[in-house]
Amino acid sequence: MTEVMVEDLEQNVKEVMARYGNNPARMIEILQDLQDIYGYLPEEVLKEVGRQTEVPLTRVYHVATFFKTFTLKPRGKYTIQVCTGTACHVKGSYRVLERFEDVLGVKPGDTTNDFLFTLETVNCVGCCALGPVVIIDGKYHGHVSPVQVDSLIKEYREQ
Amino acid sequence: MKRLGNREDLERMRQEALSKRPERFISLGMGTASRAHGAEAVYEALQEEVTKRGMGVHVKATGDHGLCGYAPVMVVYPEGLLYHSVKPSDVPDILAALETGEVVDRLLYTDPLTKETFTYEKDIPFYKKQMRLVMGLMESAEPLSVDDYLCYGGFSALAKAMLDMEPQAIIQEVISSGLRGRGGAGFRTGWKWEDAANRPSPIKYIICNGDEGDPGAYMDRCLLEGLPFEVLEGMIIGAYAIGAHEGFVYVRKEYPLATHNVQEAIGILRELGLLGKDILGSGFDFDVQVVRGGGAFVCGESSALIASVEGRVGEPRSKHVHATESGLWGRPTVLNNVETLANVPFIVNRGGGWFASIGTEESKGTKVFSLAGDIYNTGLVEVPMGITLREVVYDIGGGIQGGKAFKAVQTGGPSGGCLPDSQLDLPVDFDTLDAAGSMMGSGGMIIMDENTCMVDVARYFVKFLTEESCGKCVPCREGLRHMLEILDRITQGEGTMEDVELLDELGYVVAHASLCGLGKSAPNPVLSTLRYFRDEYVEHVKDRKCRAGVCKALVRYEIDAQACTGCQVCFKACPVDAISGKPKEIHVIDQGKCIKCGICKDVCKFDAVKVV
Repeated sequence: MTEVMVEDLEQNVKEVMARYGNNPARMIEILQDLQDIYGYLPEEVLKEVGRQTEVPLTRVYHVATFFKTFTLKPRGKYTIQVCTGTACHVKGSYRVLERFEDVLGVKPGDTTNDFLFTLETVNCVGCCALGPVVIIDGKYHGHVSPVQVDSLIKEYREQ
Repeated sequence: MKRLGNREDLERMRQEALSKRPERFISLGMGTASRAHGAEAVYEALQEEVTKRGMGVHVKATGDHGLCGYAPVMVVYPEGLLYHSVKPSDVPDILAALETGEVVDRLLYTDPLTKETFTYEKDIPFYKKQMRLVMGLMESAEPLSVDDYLCYGGFSALAKAMLDMEPQAIIQEVISSGLRGRGGAGFRTGWKWEDAANRPSPIKYIICNGDEGDPGAYMDRCLLEGLPFEVLEGMIIGAYAIGAHEGFVYVRKEYPLATHNVQEAIGILRELGLLGKDILGSGFDFDVQVVRGGGAFVCGESSALIASVEGRVGEPRSKHVHATESGLWGRPTVLNNVETLANVPFIVNRGGGWFASIGTEESKGTKVFSLAGDIYNTGLVEVPMGITLREVVYDIGGGIQGGKAFKAVQTGGPSGGCLPDSQLDLPVDFDTLDAAGSMMGSGGMIIMDENTCMVDVARYFVKFLTEESCGKCVPCREGLRHMLEILDRITQGEGTMEDVELLDELGYVVAHASLCGLGKSAPNPVLSTLRYFRDEYVEHVKDRKCRAGVCKALVRYEIDAQACTGCQVCFKACPVDAISGKPKEIHVIDQGKCIKCGICKDVCKFDAVKVV
């Protein structure tokens, strides 16, 4: 990290903490907001949060690795979330997921080498009538079948 | 917005709202499910077209109406005309018909089985057997319109509770109503409140649990999105009853719209003085904050959720001390589910006796279920307790899609169980479902047809729970992992009959020795499928066969020479070039290359690809 970024980091963490009244009990939300800024939680961010909240780094790390919402790895430009909730599973979402894995060559939680796509699974987004549901870059796609996977990826590649 | 200092201010605001209330309006469901179906574009088209025609019809963007499978759904009031699957291009026709008093026939609901068409919402079978109480205002009130909420009697329970009733009287009313927690465990809400109220601590907390982690359940999302004022009203009454001055609404981060609407609603209530100091001149102070969850299933468990509100990891603790004695930051804490709180205003307004007149002996009131899976009418339904599963699946849900056979209904989320056809006449009731090996849970109800493999379903839930187990206690962490290994073996055709027995045994230990509710109920999906669908396990083990064609290792795809027309669609679609065949000649799948992705079966128009 360069010197400038370190300064940014200090300021960013300070600002985010202020949103939550500098209350370390709001750790989950503080980390969520920082993840929104950086796209993931780099080691430096966790250290800075620990320093400013005066919470031991081990505990910050514990929170950052316990909850599904956090990722310690850089993410791709587009996040592909395949819903693997029960209703989607019954409707065959596991087949859609396998197709995404095959086409992108990554497993859930990983990012393609070109940093374009991060593949994730999500346990129900509450749109069960649409199953299997895939959310790409925040956009919901309903009734997705394995056949459509190639063209969906192509659509975003070309964007 | 003017601060409401007392009851008179509130009633004045209500009268003003009533005088402005439009007789005719269009209600468009705009919750997450509807938006995913393109409701936003329909809303824009409606606004535009109404202005263009100078019609002066008010368009309300409400929460999801319930008929999610047919979204976007719109209802024209006052007559209650229902249009479904509306596209922006349908909007001009709809408004033109409205002007002339006609109906757009092509957008009316047609029953998938009887082919009967219905014009009015109230006649549609999906709605007929429902009893909409907490969901009652979903279609007529905009989520963040105080005026709408007031028009339908909003905050009258709050005023009654705080200005006319002693906290103890409210608690007695809730006890006599028989209301039980809607989040899963079914603990009596009144008892919980009484216990917390009797604690001498000057600081107490109330938490609204919106960490709806059960996959396939979205009642709380819908309520928080569509009727945040109703949930908050119940919460304020609860806070007053137990003497809490601070509250938290815990919402999972997968629900951005719900988080947004609750946050906005809290802001509005603060401006109105319905949250904050001296609410309605009662001398009672109360405020609420929204806490976003971090996406951990175990956080639906009370002690884990509390730990997570405190900014720690969501690990449960042993519950010899209840949260009502020592919860958040060691203070007496009441934790209620979203739907539970939404029932409270009705109990205060109409009395515990009225509420207790609905439902069965031990389960009172209504319950919202989210119907999903292989039925026609997927969506949210609110039914009186005691209705049979068969009525919910067939009369409301419309039965199984595509003429397939019913196999099981799964209730209670990942810790619930799967019930076969023989159990469908059971009444929906906390204790009956428990006795049958499933549970009420938070209200997910997933219907599975003959193409669902019950061993795979059990494996799916155990895999989910293995990932979500927090790892604190050994029976849950290790027991589930071993159950998953066994289920993996069975679904891969490598299981033995000893494995099946071992599952029974392991399930018993995990259920009895785990620390929290997650572990205690985790074996349910396995135990219930072993109880009702043992023959499928035996088939997987002895015959190496998966009758539903789901378990990859036990099936192969073949092309039926009789049905194949040689159209080459599957040949082109196969991602691994495993299909050979010239145009007009019968195609053949190379089993060595086939990855069993099933795409050929999906694309074949002649049903020539068989799973054997």
